[in-house]
Amino acid sequence: MNKILSRTITSIVIAFLYIPILVLIVFSFNASKSRANFTGFSLRWYEKLFHNDAIMTALLNTIIIAIISSLLATVIGTAAAIGINKMKPITKATIMNVTYIPIINPEIITGVSLMLLFRAFTVYSNFEFGFVSLILAHITFNIPYIIYSIIPKLRQMNPNLVEAAEDLGCNARQAFFKITIPEIMPGVLSGFLMAITYSIDDFIVSYFNSGTTVETLPITIYSMTRKKVSPEINALSTIIFIVILAILIIRNILSNYKLRKEKQEYLTSRS
Amino acid sequence: MENIIISLKNAIVDFDGEQILKNINLDIIDKQFVTLLGPSGCGKTTTLRIIGGFQQMKSGSLYFNNKDITKLPPHKRQVNTVFQKYALFPHLNIYDNIAFGLKIKRLSDKEIKSRVQQTLELVNLIGFEKRSVQSLSGGQQQRVAIARALVNRPKVLLLDEPLGALDLKLRKGMQIELKNIQQELEITFIYVTHDQEEALTMSDTVVVMNDGIIQQIGTPIDIYNEPKNAFVADFIGDSNIIDGIMRKDFLVDFAGNSFTCVDSGFEKDELVDVVIRPEDIKIVPQAQGKLTGVVESVIFKGVHYEMMVESSGYEWKIQSTLHENVGSLIGMNIEPMDIHIMHKMEDKL
Amino acid sequence: MKSKILSIPYIIWMIIFTVIPLGLVIFFAFTTQSGEFTFSNIVAMNDYLDVLFRSIEFSVIATIICLILGLPVSYLISRLARGKQGTMLMIVILPMWINFLLRTYAWMTLLEENGLINRFLGLFNVGPFNLINNSGAVILGMIYNYIPFMILPLYSVMTKIDESVVEAAQDLGCSGFHIITRIILPLSKQGISTGIITVFVPSVSTFIISRMLGGGTNDLIGDIIESQFLGNSYNPHLGSAMALVLMVIVILIMSLFNQFGSEEAVI
Repeated sequence: MNKILSRTITSIVIAFLYIPILVLIVFSFNASKSRANFTGFSLRWYEKLFHNDAIMTALLNTIIIAIISSLLATVIGTAAAIGINKMKPITKATIMNVTYIPIINPEIITGVSLMLLFRAFTVYSNFEFGFVSLILAHITFNIPYIIYSIIPKLRQMNPNLVEAAEDLGCNARQAFFKITIPEIMPGVLSGFLMAITYSIDDFIVSYFNSGTTVETLPITIYSMTRKKVSPEINALSTIIFIVILAILIIRNILSNYKLRKEKQEYLTSRS
Repeated sequence: MENIIISLKNAIVDFDGEQILKNINLDIIDKQFVTLLGPSGCGKTTTLRIIGGFQQMKSGSLYFNNKDITKLPPHKRQVNTVFQKYALFPHLNIYDNIAFGLKIKRLSDKEIKSRVQQTLELVNLIGFEKRSVQSLSGGQQQRVAIARALVNRPKVLLLDEPLGALDLKLRKGMQIELKNIQQELEITFIYVTHDQEEALTMSDTVVVMNDGIIQQIGTPIDIYNEPKNAFVADFIGDSNIIDGIMRKDFLVDFAGNSFTCVDSGFEKDELVDVVIRPEDIKIVPQAQGKLTGVVESVIFKGVHYEMMVESSGYEWKIQSTLHENVGSLIGMNIEPMDIHIMHKMEDKL
Repeated sequence: MKSKILSIPYIIWMIIFTVIPLGLVIFFAFTTQSGEFTFSNIVAMNDYLDVLFRSIEFSVIATIICLILGLPVSYLISRLARGKQGTMLMIVILPMWINFLLRTYAWMTLLEENGLINRFLGLFNVGPFNLINNSGAVILGMIYNYIPFMILPLYSVMTKIDESVVEAAQDLGCSGFHIITRIILPLSKQGISTGIITVFVPSVSTFIISRMLGGGTNDLIGDIIESQFLGNSYNPHLGSAMALVLMVIVILIMSLFNQFGSEEAVI
């Protein structure tokens, strides 16, 4: 009984999650501009999309901002995590709590608070809203994800490892680069990837801090949705969906393959 | 006549096309301490889970006091389980863990309280009522798991390697305690373990399993002294297993010699497994031995020395209180009643 | 001892870009345009109480529905075989990877008067119904966008519930209903509170969902804040006061669920 009920609810939720996306995909191939009438198959919206300079520029901006901000956030965040890990519990807890603020604070508040700061900058210097403000803002909300994905790795690390390295003749610096960094690398990488994703996906913080000259992709999408009818959005969504689907499927296949291999190794080691 | 409380008939279980249980038939006698013994993957835990109601069979049936309970869900069965890693409820304290089953049955608070107290006394945990699960040691958690099951007064208690996570000393103590509890409460225990010593010390009946098949059912003494096949002989205690030929009743050839034995009923010239316990080989001066061999290694084991001796192409394990130097030539004798003859395993399967 | 120095750049960054901006919000909330201390911005919030209550009401409803739907879904996933859990989880998370503007836009095309749902109903001579630009559409948008935030933390605590604990409960006489109320729910507490926070916080502060699906008549507190900073009624002082109130609501909700600073809350 319970099983049937929870299966039904799960199916409904999954249908609920996917129907709108499927509709977008289907209508991205629509010959006419209509959002409700499928009049025939066509790729014209894809063509239009690739000739839409505003979208292409925004896409480029988004990627540049995401890469620069994630890289800088990774450097600052990794160093920070290693330092924080060595602190006294009270200092550590305080810093971690402040670090937590951009994660849990409503994005609109992160957005307007940074806007107030940058506005103050414009008053007291020749600072202008644009690329720099966007990158600063993105670094700010990216660092916490980096720190929070590295700290657990540092905590799991066997403290004897560094001591063993030193015992075998490494000085502190060598031990750091040969032991600590490789040990926390998975955390650094997953934090970096998270930062890239959040950065590409961010609309709200960017919306308040982009000024009038620079647009990121989500901002362009937003202005397109305001115009009510723009089937290029459907084409864009379809492309994004398929790219993400491909990435996730590949990742899943890889991890399944790894799982199967481990299982096999386990079985052979047992017999 | 002994009363059969649980009867498993023609049980077959598949996992991913692999047969875990190959047609098991098992009768459990009421008020006995029964142990299912075997190496990991032999099907002993699966058998226990069928009785508990957590494992469905592909085919076969299960009777409880002659009533078919094959399809009865676990919460309606009159058996309770002590799980391998205890499976205590982490969000409840000790009292509430133990009282859990009684609360589900909606017993009165007074009744619950007195029964929990009684059970706490039985497992020596008076005073632990308010403690959290996490604050207890492994041995104490073990007692809570036993109490939580026993408080429901099951007809049959199922125990799935309950002592596996404890250290050796604690395990020995708990073995005795469990046996005492079983005798005091006069209920049936079905106990799963891979530890042969544990099985021999505690059980009234031992069921030896391997590869989804029951190899032998018997009292610990039967199982040890009269193993039915080489697997049982090898699994229960140490054994030397040597190829032999049964010349006729009471006469077997092995290791290049003929020996008188106490077994009969084999075909003439049947190839057999000859099983000899290491402690049953007597070391004698070389000239007096029926077999001779060279000592290859000697390890001191406390009560005795364990020697590996090379003789007529076999490595013999011998346990003796006498010490022989490595490299020395010794004679070996075996009494007829210490020679156990078994059909070759391949013939049986 | 030396490695502590490594965190200094971040600490400076944190002070400039996290602490000071929040300080600015508080400063603006209590000052006039000329920089004098005032309570008038806070008092002016009185005019927007209906908006505030609407925001809270909508988000509470959305959170409760997400919880009701999320519990069975997460439990079902957590009891699957390991490999299948990964696949199912991916299916649930996948839509989250698409920008929420696009996801919300998708609902516009479905719900509008001339949209697919009304066309579909039209085939049976039913409707058209007014499906968009009302409170229901806004709540639906919140559920749609944030239900994965409920499922994920629920799943991650539920998958840690050992199957043998569930079996022990069955063994002690629990039927399906009792297993849920006495074992699954109490052991999922942490996930439930994390889920509530991660759905409620973005819901109560959204301004896009209400704008796209609410049609201007269902403004939420987020819309009002946005219009004070970027819209026609430019007034960062009033906007900051509103942001401050929003922050207080969020902090209250979080301390109610006792999660502040808990690292497990991070997805």
